[in-house]
Amino acid sequence: MADGAMTNDAFVVFDRVQKSYDGVTLVVKDLNLSLPKGEFLTMLGPSGSGKTTCLMMLAGFETATHGEIRLNGRNINTVSPHKRGIGMVFQNYALFPHMTVAENLAFPLEVRKLDKSTRDQKVKRALDMVQMGAFAGRRPSQLSGGQQQRVALARALVFEPELVLMDEPLGALDKQLREHMQFEITRLAHELGITTVYVTHDQTEALTMSDRVAVFNDGRIQQLAPPSELYEAPVNSFVAQFIGENNRLMGTVTEMKDGICVVRLDSGDFIDAKPVNVSKVGDRTQVSIRPERVETNKARLSPGAHTLKAEVLEFIYMGDIFRTRLKVAGHDDFVIKTRNAPDQVRHQPGQTIEIGWLPEDCRALDAP
Amino acid sequence: MTDQTANGPMLAADGTPLKQSLNRALRRQKLRAFLLIAPLLIFVLVTFIAPIGDMLFRSVQNDIVADTLPRTVAALSKWNAESGAPPEEPVYRALASDLLIAVAEKTHTQLGTRLNYEDSGFSSLLRGTGRDVDDMGEDVTKALVAIDPIWDEPTTWTNLLGEPAWVSAQADWDKAGGKTAEPPFVLSPVAQQNLPLTSAAFADFARVMQTVKNDSPTEKRPWNTVAIGLTEDLKANPAAAGAFGTEWQPALSAIVAAAQMGTIPAANFTAAFTESDKAWATPQPWSIIKIFSPRFTSGYFLNAVDLKMTADGIAPRADSERVYIMLFLRTMILSLAITGTCILLGYPVAWLLANLPPRTANLLMILVLLPFWTSLLVRTSAWKVLLQQQGVINDLLVWAGLVADENRLVLINNQTGTIIAMTHILLPFMILPLYSVMKTIPPSYLRAAKSLGATDWTAFWRVYFPQSIPGIGAGSILVFILAIGYYITPELVGGAKGVFISNRIAYHIGTSLNWGLAAALGSLLLIVVLVLYWVYDRIVGIDNVKLG
Ligand SMILES: Nc1ncnc2c1ncn2[C@@H]1O[C@H](COP(=O)(O)OP(=O)(O)O)[C@@H](O)[C@H]1O
Ligand SMILES: [Mg+2]
Repeated sequence: MADGAMTNDAFVVFDRVQKSYDGVTLVVKDLNLSLPKGEFLTMLGPSGSGKTTCLMMLAGFETATHGEIRLNGRNINTVSPHKRGIGMVFQNYALFPHMTVAENLAFPLEVRKLDKSTRDQKVKRALDMVQMGAFAGRRPSQLSGGQQQRVALARALVFEPELVLMDEPLGALDKQLREHMQFEITRLAHELGITTVYVTHDQTEALTMSDRVAVFNDGRIQQLAPPSELYEAPVNSFVAQFIGENNRLMGTVTEMKDGICVVRLDSGDFIDAKPVNVSKVGDRTQVSIRPERVETNKARLSPGAHTLKAEVLEFIYMGDIFRTRLKVAGHDDFVIKTRNAPDQVRHQPGQTIEIGWLPEDCRALDAP
Repeated sequence: MTDQTANGPMLAADGTPLKQSLNRALRRQKLRAFLLIAPLLIFVLVTFIAPIGDMLFRSVQNDIVADTLPRTVAALSKWNAESGAPPEEPVYRALASDLLIAVAEKTHTQLGTRLNYEDSGFSSLLRGTGRDVDDMGEDVTKALVAIDPIWDEPTTWTNLLGEPAWVSAQADWDKAGGKTAEPPFVLSPVAQQNLPLTSAAFADFARVMQTVKNDSPTEKRPWNTVAIGLTEDLKANPAAAGAFGTEWQPALSAIVAAAQMGTIPAANFTAAFTESDKAWATPQPWSIIKIFSPRFTSGYFLNAVDLKMTADGIAPRADSERVYIMLFLRTMILSLAITGTCILLGYPVAWLLANLPPRTANLLMILVLLPFWTSLLVRTSAWKVLLQQQGVINDLLVWAGLVADENRLVLINNQTGTIIAMTHILLPFMILPLYSVMKTIPPSYLRAAKSLGATDWTAFWRVYFPQSIPGIGAGSILVFILAIGYYITPELVGGAKGVFISNRIAYHIGTSLNWGLAAALGSLLLIVVLVLYWVYDRIVGIDNVKLG
């Protein structure tokens, strides 16, 4: 669950925040989150999980039904949006169509009553920063999606906010451009030292860009952790399933000792796992194992480790890796990934093989 | 499949050039599209374009003078209106000849009505003179009859001047009992050649007799102009007396002799007209006829802008007759005021409509559209009830103590009444385009502006408002153009001070029957609208207008 919200150096703090639009259901349930200055935090979660709502509360466009949001130690619940000084990039960019690119960028400077020469200088610097200096005189409608994205980014940064919010800013771009912009955004965020809250439903984006990722589901943060931890040590079955590819097997804990438990699968087979969300013998559990951590070479497993019989259903050649679909313990969606190395075995459909894993790679999580 | 031959054009699969087969396919498509719109096109042409064309034509059309007074118009061409003197005798005689026909055809009253628009009094002048014209030159006829009584006989004239074949055909027709139409009178070539003035005058007389009076030229003594023509023909060409054979020679020679002795008085139409009405001795009526003799006139348009044509060129009308410029200006100013109030009242409503949750917005929309469901007359009459001095609004104001009972507000039968009632009626035409534009402005723009540091007002004024301008433009065009041509509401609640130019147009169409002026006023209104549209296009750009 979320870590403590009361740290001193916290720049942005959500403290037991709840939000309901209709007075019947809570869209955000008890949100506690704190991020230090300069951090790049991503809110990741399926559509409708309350990410935008959180962002809007932070920006001031929605009010929290309960709880407190603090910025730089100050409660901002009642501060109106234009006084918060938070830069924001919207999903559809929200570039003002009746202004040129330069006018769009000058807008936040104008309302801050900066004089013209300072304005021009800052606009130029911001545009150069996103390599859009040549497009100052264009209207947003004359720009491509990627260019609009850069301008929106420059506009959110031009008045030098300390905190920038981005709500699925790359959602409308094609894959290649998106990857490029992911890199650009993280580079800028780190160069300028700004604190960033980034919302996405794309896990690759979250993993590649963030210092920490908050996985949202059902109005709660399911896990808040750096990307590697999120991937390798998911704390519950939702996170395991949501981040990366994952094999699931259902079973019951029959034995627990030395930080390792034995799980009897519903098919009757026994496997070793690392207990994460189980506490005692007899608990129902969903064990989770990443496809690339499945071992087909028995020699690499510790002696006496449990193994499972598996029938090869499909072999897919993917270039850098091989993807093999197996039928394991009654599940026919069990996938393993192996590196395309010269000595790698290519399993043939119909073949029966034996698979196993190190107990610490197989996590016994809660049964959903 | 296409093919590129070595260096020829692209060919379609069947070998015809690709361009040609493409054109053929497109032509078929276009034809089909045209057939689809044809009914509407015909409908629009018949019910819209044609009437507008007719209106434009009527506003300059002026055939009546040239058609009714052809001889006078021709004779007047040599007269100089600036000379300050009335024209010479031949012009008077030409008018007499024209009037004889016009009176018989009763077209002189229409002409009088037409020229009365330009110079009041013309109608009675023409009617009065029309009554007298029959007797002008009577003394010449009497003198002929005194010389020889045969000139009192209608048949003398038909026998002398008619083609012998016609004379016998007429006699046969007469014998048969005259059941069918009388054969149309035909001049004899001999008469035409020797007695040109007589023949021309008699031909007119015979035609009018047969076609208008439904009578025979053999039954009525001809007009005095015929006798005058005969006297003058014989005086100018005595030899003509011998051209008709021996049986006519004595009678005609007697006239020649009398004319040479001077016993037949000379015709004097100048005097006769002056006697009928002294106005004919002045250049005034003649210059009116001359000015309005062309078949196309700018008179109606000049009238529509309070000018008139005089002998000295274009001049302003008398103060008492100047109404149209003032009416045009009032129509514009009031329409602008109505457009302005519609923007002020409609903008917040449209904003609410676009930003409320759908269910509430629908309810509000029904309220906006409600006026469309009641008849215009009912609504306008309701305003009468509300706005009159003993009406609901004044009662409320008095009750609330805002207005003293003895000086209740005058809200109706003046411009205030027109503005209030028409704003109410035209408001939906402002709200709907505004709403449809505002609906397309995503709320994220306002949020973006605020996140960039703009206050609510700045965000609205710098970001939202500019984007809603196309809606304001569309609504304003609609409301203004509808207002400028509005008729019923100003008529009912406008009183004397609050009527529009269209009320005047309706008056000219329905009451004064001056359709030419109505058409000119209507055309000016159309031109004003087109000019405004053009100006609007230059300033805002029609492409920026969104109606939905
Ligand atoms: N303005 C609103 N009024 C009512 N319900 C809303 C509003 N905005 C979002 N919701 C609801 O709140 C939930 C969370 O929405 P949102 O924060 O947009 O999720 P996400 O951004 O993660 O997709 C959804 O069920 C959505 O239907
Ligand atoms: Mg969202």
